[in-house]
Amino acid sequence: MTTASPIRAPWRAATRALRKSLRNGAVTLAESLASPLVPADYLDMVSPLRRGAELSGRIVAVRPETADAATVAIRPGRDWRGHVPGQYVRVGVEVDGVRRWRAYSLTSPVDSPDGCIGITVKAVPGGVVSNHLVHHARQGTVLRLEQACGEFTLPERHPAKVLFVTAGSGITPVMGMLRNQAAGLEDVVLVHSAPTAADVIFGAELRRLASDGQVRLAEVHSDAEGPLDAARLAELVPDLAERETWACGPAGLLDTVAEHLATTGAAAPLHTERFRAATVVTGAGGRVSFARSGATVDADGTTPLLEAGEAAGVLMPSGCRMGVCFGCVAPLRQGAVRDLRSGDLTTAVAGDGVLIQTCVSAATGACDIDL
Amino acid sequence: MTVMQKKTDSPIAHLSAQDIEDIGAELDAIRADVVAGRGERDAAYIRRVIGAQRSLELGSRSLLLASLFPPAWLAGVAGLSVAKILENMEIGHNILHGQWDWMRDPKIHSTTWEWDMASPAALWKHSHNELHHTYTNVVGKDNDLGYGIMRVDEDQRWIPLYLGQPLWNFVNACLFEYGIAAYDLELGKNWTKLRTDPEFQQRARDVLTKIRNQMRKDYLVHPLLSGPSAPTTLAANVVANVVRNLWTHSVIMCGHFPEGVETFEKHSIDGETRGEWYLRQMLGAANISGGPITHLMTGNLSFQIEHHLFPDLPSNRYQELAPRVRDLFDRYGLTYATGSLPRQVASAWKKVVRLSLPNGVLGRLGSIRSPGAAVAAVTRLGGAPARRERQAA
Repeated sequence: MTTASPIRAPWRAATRALRKSLRNGAVTLAESLASPLVPADYLDMVSPLRRGAELSGRIVAVRPETADAATVAIRPGRDWRGHVPGQYVRVGVEVDGVRRWRAYSLTSPVDSPDGCIGITVKAVPGGVVSNHLVHHARQGTVLRLEQACGEFTLPERHPAKVLFVTAGSGITPVMGMLRNQAAGLEDVVLVHSAPTAADVIFGAELRRLASDGQVRLAEVHSDAEGPLDAARLAELVPDLAERETWACGPAGLLDTVAEHLATTGAAAPLHTERFRAATVVTGAGGRVSFARSGATVDADGTTPLLEAGEAAGVLMPSGCRMGVCFGCVAPLRQGAVRDLRSGDLTTAVAGDGVLIQTCVSAATGACDIDL
Repeated sequence: MTVMQKKTDSPIAHLSAQDIEDIGAELDAIRADVVAGRGERDAAYIRRVIGAQRSLELGSRSLLLASLFPPAWLAGVAGLSVAKILENMEIGHNILHGQWDWMRDPKIHSTTWEWDMASPAALWKHSHNELHHTYTNVVGKDNDLGYGIMRVDEDQRWIPLYLGQPLWNFVNACLFEYGIAAYDLELGKNWTKLRTDPEFQQRARDVLTKIRNQMRKDYLVHPLLSGPSAPTTLAANVVANVVRNLWTHSVIMCGHFPEGVETFEKHSIDGETRGEWYLRQMLGAANISGGPITHLMTGNLSFQIEHHLFPDLPSNRYQELAPRVRDLFDRYGLTYATGSLPRQVASAWKKVVRLSLPNGVLGRLGSIRSPGAAVAAVTRLGGAPARRERQAA
């Protein structure tokens, strides 16, 4: 049948309207029964991953990659929208009872048959969340998630010649790309720096990709060879200037790559990804008061307002924690803050509501934040 | 009782200014230890209590769908009463104090939590956290002393209206959640603002909205869902709310009203130091002794002294730090006011009755042990001021 009969169409519309009003009625009923909570508070007890829930994921496995790195496989909630290789996901992890948010690169296939995603985490010295995930995360634990984000991805039209320059855990977004898109890339060079061969995350898999001819792999073992510098890079990749480059690693490495490309006059673009904001300045610090929550804290000039607020128990909105995503923006009602990356001073007088990124701003005098 | 400053035998006369600051430093140290040790165990505790409370509430409300059957009614009422008490005391009161804010869980946070009672969380937080906990037992500043409708201290001037306060107190106990809402609005004082002050009108509207939602749930939607059991479910929900009201009222009376709790003069807190503030909290509250169930069902307000010293430490920690606090009382020669629930409730009620009359009228009834003593006491009416009783557990 290609057309609806004149009688059935209004009938269908009527049943659709009825179904809709029944559904709305049921929701209203559930809401009035759950008051002062919401129905989701009860549903979350049994089904945290259901459609419509706040996005969460359940850890299904923790696989060691090296002595201090592991891949955490997570079954995301039904509302997970998928990711593009190279992107990261922010996860909210409870460590010692405190929820902490961090961003980690997605390293899994985008269409894994079991529907799981994987993040690969390197335990950094003193890193509360990374050490917890690598060494103590347990199967079955539910984590908070946000949708994947990040611009460190390959364009839809892959460039003919690609160079990846990575160090340490900087390999993780690149591994996400290689696992998903290596077959579509014709000429790939990967220069990766790690202290020793054993420290190379995904070492065996990368070497296999290299032996299969899918990438040309150059490992730099910095304990023996010293850090990767411009000269070494030029030696390893003679045609560097012709390659569109994706670089991910510590600030020093990214600067090396950028400077080198500038001096060689490379025309191809450079894409970089940092895991931490590069701090250049510090403010003087000051007393920070959070108007709506009533909390007050003395923050020094190096502590981002986001961390100062969290330590004081304020529910701070947060995002990437490196000044990129603007998820942490809050109004500064009064006071002065300094951007930790640039040293730029932002001031507000009474009556203002200057929006500041709390994750990269530190107090430089008394501040009044509208949170 | 009489404000401490007017007493001839002040319980702190033996303490030097340095002693008081030392007490403050020791309490700060106890606090710092708990803050440093807060962690996964505590987070698991509050989540477990919340999970159990929600399961109990769901289970009880489901049972009440068949409340026409007396066993279902009884079990449903019992379960719902306990669920509501847990929700108000161990969960709501303590979350709204910010005891769990350190977890950074937006779902269990003082700024986002709303509780199952008539007074909206935001309004209650102001009158309770900011006023009561700051001005604890300061006559003329802490409205929790008698809630503005009762005379609970010799230093409050007696007027004939107070003759009825045993009755008011009972009515207030039955309708406690509405009493709290009216009290948080300071309705008595602000009555005229209902017509003139838009900000106050908004607050009053918020309270009415909250009450409407509460009533719709308990007295309309849930009974209607019960079909033929509607009348019995309605009755069950009324009973559960009244049980919760009576229980919370009793526990809260035990916190500050029993004999032996000190009150303070209005100007005695001018320029109060941290140590002096701590000392006022130590003397201005009374504990309830008992087992784990007592502590859970009172929301650990059975450790009212510890709660007043550290209102924002997780409630599950009060029991653990109580011995250290008690030791401090002993070393500095202070009396740790505590007693069993029946004893403290009786003590608080006795005071309500005694102070419904002018000072001294029932002065000796507190120590009546026999009918003969009662007669003797009545014949000696108008004698010495009430004897202070401090109870050691």
